[in-house]
Amino acid sequence: MIPEHFGYSAPSSISEALSLLKEHGEDAKILAGGHSLLPMMKLRFASPSHLVDINNIPGLSYIKEEDGRLKIGAMTREVDLEESDVISTRYPIFTDASKLIADPQVRNFGTVGGNIAHGDAANDHPAVMIALRAEVEIAGENGSRTVPIDDFFYGFYMTAVQQGEILTEISIPSLGERAGSAYHKAERKVGDYATAGVAVVIEVDAEGSCTKAGIGLTNVNPTPMRAARSEEVLVGSKLTSEDIEKAAEYAAADCSPSPDLRGDEEYKRHLVNVITKRMINKAIQRAS
Amino acid sequence: MKKEITVTINGTPQTLEVENRLLLVHLIRENVSLTGTHIGCDTSSCGACTVLIDGKSAKSCTVLAVQADGKEITTVEGLATAEGIHPIQEGFKENHGLHCGFCTPGMMMRIKELLEKNPNPTEEEIRWGISGNLCRCTGYNNIVKAVQYASAKMRGEELPSTEPEFVS
Ligand SMILES: Cc1cc2nc3c(=O)[nH]c(=O)nc-3n(C[C@H](O)[C@H](O)[C@H](O)COP(=O)(O)OP(=O)(O)OC[C@H]3O[C@@H](n4cnc5c(N)ncnc54)[C@H](O)[C@@H]3O)c2cc1C
Ligand code: FES
Ligand code: FES
Repeated sequence: MIPEHFGYSAPSSISEALSLLKEHGEDAKILAGGHSLLPMMKLRFASPSHLVDINNIPGLSYIKEEDGRLKIGAMTREVDLEESDVISTRYPIFTDASKLIADPQVRNFGTVGGNIAHGDAANDHPAVMIALRAEVEIAGENGSRTVPIDDFFYGFYMTAVQQGEILTEISIPSLGERAGSAYHKAERKVGDYATAGVAVVIEVDAEGSCTKAGIGLTNVNPTPMRAARSEEVLVGSKLTSEDIEKAAEYAAADCSPSPDLRGDEEYKRHLVNVITKRMINKAIQRAS
Repeated sequence: MKKEITVTINGTPQTLEVENRLLLVHLIRENVSLTGTHIGCDTSSCGACTVLIDGKSAKSCTVLAVQADGKEITTVEGLATAEGIHPIQEGFKENHGLHCGFCTPGMMMRIKELLEKNPNPTEEEIRWGISGNLCRCTGYNNIVKAVQYASAKMRGEELPSTEPEFVS
């Protein structure tokens, strides 16, 4: 399978990339890891007239803690997350997710920025970023703007990144000492998209009461989804098994999974329930 | 819409004019006639087309040839040296790590990166490490043994037995 013809440029700075995007207009697309875009172009689901390859722009790949935030450059690869010590010790939710994303070859290419900018509810990072209450930095002709993750996903393959803009960074409020995070998805086989996935972040105080809760769901809603009612049940609670049960029930009730080859609606809701419980417990365990 | 690129393939720099939409796997198989790299699924799933790009394993059906400009590509043809076959190839040979051989070149290139990053992997790490490569013949057990053999050989350790296990 061979994509349609397209023009190609590989700029070496963001400003050069922005002017190329402007010059080529509507049908230009950014090429990051290419592991969502190229398969779509091969199937002719996407036929951009011009690709702006941002792989040669230096300074877009990093993982650093700064000003009370964890900052991840858009071109950071899955493999970088998988191998990062900061991530595995302080933000194991990413290690959980990265290991379940595709396979080693794909993870050598796929970028965190691309995973989110693709705007696919089946991708795993969106739910993780929802749970972590991330903010997304977007560069455009008129400078940079910051978009909270809850305002980022518009619809199927649609995000806050507008034509002519580049996602440059994802930043997350640093997790405190008493915070724990976890992600899991049920998949039919290694490398498959989630049948259902749940990302959980929990912070507790010295008495064991929950001070913060973040829960994001993968592939059980038209867009990546925050399980808001579940979070509300947990915040302020002593995290009793009844409260956890309730949070899981709400998550399963509030999502709207569509039946497909991975399972029917009832099965997917059941998975959301079970995985939510397990991930809350895992996050609590990691918090202490 | 064409572009001139320079890629080093198995140590030899080559300057070629390619269409922007040419996939790296087609450049390797057709433009430079190295047909050891296979096309299995053509949908980024099977790993038969795996090559190394600057030492990193990649599914070459999901990379554009123009993206390889200035990069070093290693294909299965680049494994053996004048001294003989690579320990990974020897591992496959000694342990019956292949039947039809279709998946083998991609498997071996993936394993090359795996052993470079993790010279002494556990069985679980090996299985995870080759999770992007499908094999329809071997049932994977002998591939795992091939990796264990190559790992021991590359570390200069005693080689594991290559006797098949019989289940009574
Ligand atoms: C076999 C296979 C299995 C997979 N399994 C999973 C899985 O289980 N879970 C999962 O989450 N993903 C999975 N993926 C997808 C993979 O993780 C992709 O790499 C990822 O979704 C997109 O990242 P990318 O860097 O490759 O983006 P690209 O494919 O380069 O781009 C994707 C889209 O985002 C846009 N874009 C990319 N970067 C930017 C940016 N910085 N600014 C603005 N727009 C941008 C592009 O224009 C394009 O529209 C799988 C892919 C394959 C091939
Ligand atoms: S042919 Fe490239 S992954 Fe199957
Ligand atoms: S040996 Fe036949 S597919 Fe692996």
